[in-house]
Amino acid sequence: MQLTFEGRDYELRPGESVLDAMARHGVGLPSACRVGSCQACMIRSVSGDPGPDARRGLKATWLAAGYFLACLARPSSDLTVAEPGDDAHTPARLISARPIGPGVLRVLVRPDHRLDYQPGQHVTLSRAGGITRIYSIVSLPAESARTGIELHVRVYPAGAMSGWLARARPATPLILGSPAGECFYVPGNSAGPLLLAGTGTGIAPLLAVARAALAHHHRGPVVLIHGAARPDGLYLGRQCPPALTAEAGLSWRTCLLSDGEDIAAAVTAQLAALTCPPGSVRAYLCGGARSVRRMRRALFMAGMSLADIYADQFVPAGS
Amino acid sequence: MTTEISVYERLGGSLALRSVTEVFYRKVLADDLLAPYFDDVDMDRQIAKQASFLTMALGGPNEYTGDDLRSAHAGMADLDDKHFDGVLGHLADTLREFGVSEADVSAVGAVAGSARDDVLNR
Repeated sequence: MQLTFEGRDYELRPGESVLDAMARHGVGLPSACRVGSCQACMIRSVSGDPGPDARRGLKATWLAAGYFLACLARPSSDLTVAEPGDDAHTPARLISARPIGPGVLRVLVRPDHRLDYQPGQHVTLSRAGGITRIYSIVSLPAESARTGIELHVRVYPAGAMSGWLARARPATPLILGSPAGECFYVPGNSAGPLLLAGTGTGIAPLLAVARAALAHHHRGPVVLIHGAARPDGLYLGRQCPPALTAEAGLSWRTCLLSDGEDIAAAVTAQLAALTCPPGSVRAYLCGGARSVRRMRRALFMAGMSLADIYADQFVPAGS
Repeated sequence: MTTEISVYERLGGSLALRSVTEVFYRKVLADDLLAPYFDDVDMDRQIAKQASFLTMALGGPNEYTGDDLRSAHAGMADLDDKHFDGVLGHLADTLREFGVSEADVSAVGAVAGSARDDVLNR
């Protein structure tokens, strides 16, 4: 089979993804998660069929424009592809990157034009040198328009993105991808409790979900749980962040593995404390893959339907 | 071709299937004999597969083939009849919880039981 890109033909092996095939031929597309969730590798089909899985989770408008995900595309016939249009990539500039707590930067980015997203979604951030990472958006859309898009970035000293961001000057050019992810607040059932649990910077998108819920006059209780392995992992502190403290119906809890606490046990305890039918609760879980998997299973076993559990697993950088 | 109404339809079709599958999956995961086999599986993929299997067993519309079941269990050499019987037991209990008659529980059990050789790689 043959893959055509920018007028050149590349061999495509049966079962090989378009992303892998292009990489094998030295054409590096932006990519991060490689499992279809970050949408960093989205490209466009000019002719041919990228295969049945390649369009998973894409908006109808993008489907109509021929977009698909290179990491999931395993075509069974020849395919001609093109780079995505400008609507999938938004040029942006760094406003600031300052520590918000131990090992975490609060990064503000101003896009050249308005970025549409749902509170709780994530977005890819790319810098010169072809480095792309996924971060959750903390700010609500109105705040992003006013003061910039806020991201919480865990700093790895040798991190190709995080270490670089810590040193980058204001106004450094960046590229934002198209916001994606299922872990966002959907208005409706405003009396039902929301159980929001995140580990590490997984709490960041949940701050957006909680604040979006309150902005929509959510009436049910909103329970936020921040889990970390060690005390310094609770980068927002033990107490409820000031932006949320004034809100009635909202409670904030922390859970430390180093104190012998278990995040999966903590979320099920909170579910039980809500004393309402498990079917009326919606849960949002974000963070490391193992924690998210364990919390999800625990809530399912406690009687919640998987359909009411929105989960977002972080993929380690560079994997 | 049969004109009889299937258990699948009597339960309420695809809408009910989701709850039936979740109750069934929860029983399997709560069983210490079976749970370890599900430690590392993706719950969404697993529940989709179980829904497809249950649709077949309940006589609903399906394109189910045993090949998938055989390859899915191929790496689990220590599976034996007690595991398979355990799963069948949870299926029967689930159906009873949804008010399915004993006659239908046995009929569904017989269809599900036909997968034994595929699951146990015989």
